[in-house]
Amino acid sequence: MAHFDENAKPFSNRWLDDRLAINTVKKVLSTEYWIPKNINFLWAMGMVLAATFGLLVVSGIFLLMYYKPDINMAFDSVNYTIMTEVGYGWLWRHIHGVAASLVFLIIYIHMLTGIYYSSYKRGREMIWLSGMLLFIAFSAEAFSGYMLPWGQMSYWAGMVITNLFEAGSLELTGLVEWIRGDYVPGDAFLLRFFTLHVLLIPLVIMGLIVFHFATLRIPHVNNQDGEDIDFDEAARLYKEGNKKESKVIPFNPVFLSKDVFVLGIYFILFFYLVFYHFDFAMDPVNFDPADGLKTPPHIYPEWYFLWSYEILRPFPKDPGLIAFGIAQIAFFLLPWIDRSPNVAPAHKRGLFFWWFWILVLDMIALTVLGKLPPEGIYNTLGTISAIIFLLLGPALILITKLEKKL
Amino acid sequence: MRELKILAVVVFFALLTYYGVEPYAHSVMHKDVEGYNFTYDGTADIQEATEALEEAQASGRNVAKAQARLEVKKAFWSEVDKIAKIPGNVANGQAVFGTCLACHNGAGVNMGGVIPPNLDHAGALYDKRYLIAVIKDPAMASNVDHKYENTMMHPMGSVTAMVSDPQQIADVVAYMLAKKAGDVTPKAAYEEACARCHAMRYSKITQLGETPSFTDEKDELAYKIKVLQEQELVEAYMGKLPPDLSMIIRARSTHFLETFVENPQSQLEGTSMPRVGLSQAGYDKVHEYLTEIGDPSKKHREALGPWVIGFFVIFSILAYLWKKHHWRDLH
Ligand code: HEC
Ligand code: HEC
Ligand code: HEM
Repeated sequence: MAHFDENAKPFSNRWLDDRLAINTVKKVLSTEYWIPKNINFLWAMGMVLAATFGLLVVSGIFLLMYYKPDINMAFDSVNYTIMTEVGYGWLWRHIHGVAASLVFLIIYIHMLTGIYYSSYKRGREMIWLSGMLLFIAFSAEAFSGYMLPWGQMSYWAGMVITNLFEAGSLELTGLVEWIRGDYVPGDAFLLRFFTLHVLLIPLVIMGLIVFHFATLRIPHVNNQDGEDIDFDEAARLYKEGNKKESKVIPFNPVFLSKDVFVLGIYFILFFYLVFYHFDFAMDPVNFDPADGLKTPPHIYPEWYFLWSYEILRPFPKDPGLIAFGIAQIAFFLLPWIDRSPNVAPAHKRGLFFWWFWILVLDMIALTVLGKLPPEGIYNTLGTISAIIFLLLGPALILITKLEKKL
Repeated sequence: MRELKILAVVVFFALLTYYGVEPYAHSVMHKDVEGYNFTYDGTADIQEATEALEEAQASGRNVAKAQARLEVKKAFWSEVDKIAKIPGNVANGQAVFGTCLACHNGAGVNMGGVIPPNLDHAGALYDKRYLIAVIKDPAMASNVDHKYENTMMHPMGSVTAMVSDPQQIADVVAYMLAKKAGDVTPKAAYEEACARCHAMRYSKITQLGETPSFTDEKDELAYKIKVLQEQELVEAYMGKLPPDLSMIIRARSTHFLETFVENPQSQLEGTSMPRVGLSQAGYDKVHEYLTEIGDPSKKHREALGPWVIGFFVIFSILAYLWKKHHWRDLH
């Protein structure tokens, strides 16, 4: 048995430290969690994501108090009860909708930052993989949430996406019906996606966020120059008071103060969108109640799924599904497709720099084309962009094999 | 500064994506329809008929029919134009208006598909030329003449036989503009212009008008049956039950709604919804009601927004000072 100080006042610092080692925990997780000094605001995106997820949970709980998961009541419970009768219901709904959209914008920025600075390899593979799992979990969360208002787009996007499980010419209609719980999306469908959205997936996400944070602790975050820092040495310098010479800063309070400032700026943008420009996050088509007899003229997913939708669409059924499948797992493989020994920002990595910007532009092109009707020139451009995306994988292997060690 | 440069790059690509999936994609998906500021002089109808004729000529089929239709349209709207120039006599118009009351009597009885609307604010809601047109030939005025071989089959068609003299038409229109143009509430505007076809369940309006409250469940059910029966008649008349408009303000763009109400054919070719003939002022009232019911938080948003954003501006300034304090001796 450890030594306990009998005179410590209950719940005093000493008393708690004897029992919970709070001083050690505080050091490990905050005051002596060393962060490189040489980083920019892009390294605050993780915190921005965590905060946005927090907002999603809180606003979601308020919506849950009035939402009715029943195909005859869902639409009106959202559009009438919450928007009209519940005090500030509209505020929670718009916060939830805008946050669901912005969280993906930030996730993409966060991922592309990781790619630009080579933060996914040489010891950081687990950070990357846990991040990708978060991306998948968030995608599932967003899709299931989109079903809940039971508008036209909920219904038809639900129809189209679940149809993918038919797996092309394998014609697994039984699987599709099993997923839907019916021949077409209906009450069983809505209720199960509701359960996933409000219970299971959020739990998974919370677990994954903890895991993602844990994967960061030992490799530490990367920095703007990809420099391999000796954290013990740098921490020693810092603690001795040589703050200028030291290459690191403690997470709390030094890095945190910057995170909080970035959060402040982000929330100005966030609430500007919530109050004055929420429509980008709430498709007008979904304000028509679901009608299984009336197919909307254009069916498209939310913007953050468009790039992978556009990899599916231009090809014939089976090749399209295979391409789509590749797109879903491609980013998981990144740490192994990249064969270069260098951890450095893209502008120091020769051809990789060009590869990175082609990736960004191609994904934006796919996103825009995914929304446009697949006709004429848009169809051609869509096919080209999708092929470029698929070729970027092999191209990366080649480029990085040729890359010289810095 | 490096951070600002990075921010500029991030913002640029975010805005590029936004531009592509929102304004640009929508401009491609939705056809651009020209509006006519809620004036009705036949320009749109004649242009439609001209295009139909060109199409017929290109395909070589039904050319004579398309040609005839164009001529009829031209003749009709030039007649309307002539009547619009005749000065109307309000007192004489009042007498003619009695004919209208035979149907527009507020009795709530379905006539040929719909309950004729209350005309209490007709002068404030409808455009003058449109009123002339609707008395002269309701099917032509509403641009649904393609549905009727003979105007008499339109539910209000028999009016053409009852009030056919141009002077009479000018008189009754002058009467409505003078005496049936009082202040109209947004709700009344909706009830008179749209509610005979479109229910609005978020404000308890059906094709029978505002739903009363009942204490006895039997009465409530009996009333529901009456509503269903009325809806069946509207459905039989229109080919489908017109959609409930509770959320339409968020389901369609402002521009779509304006141009659609002005001339439904322009946005949905072949639709059975007739043109309603609202003036700009009349439409504004209807639009106000659609907003009131479908987007009631508008004024709360405008009131609360500046406070929340102001809070985060102050928050950011304080956070910046805090950051400066901690980072001051790091470099
Ligand atoms: C035979 C019955 C009948 C008579 C007589 C009649 N109406 Fe109507 N009126 C109707 C019906 C039915 C409608 C609804 C038509 C529809 O919605 O398709 C209507 C619609 C209207 C409308 C709305 C049109 C629109 O497009 O929104 C106006 C305005 C109108 N009537 C004015 C008049 C005036 C003025 C007179 C007298 C000169 C008159 N009506 C006489 C039956 C009648
Ligand atoms: C005489 C019946 C009638 C009247 C009066 C009428 N409508 Fe309609 N409306 C219809 C029908 C029928 C449809 C369905 C059209 C279709 O789907 O082809 C429709 C559809 C609509 C739509 C949906 C169009 C779409 O994109 O699917 C809107 C919006 C609309 N009406 C607005 C109005 C407004 C606003 C008014 C009043 C100013 C009005 N309507 C008056 C019959 C009517
Ligand atoms: C939405 C949930 C997510 C949350 C809450 C989150 C949170 C964080 C946080 C707080 C950090 C440390 C600070 C920073 O570098 O930004 C971080 C780092 C990182 N995350 Fe995430 N993240 C999420 C999703 C993702 C995704 C989808 C990926 C990519 C697949 C990813 C990959 C990374 C990588 C590679 C790092 C290390 C960055 C570096 O070393 O420079 N994360 N994350």
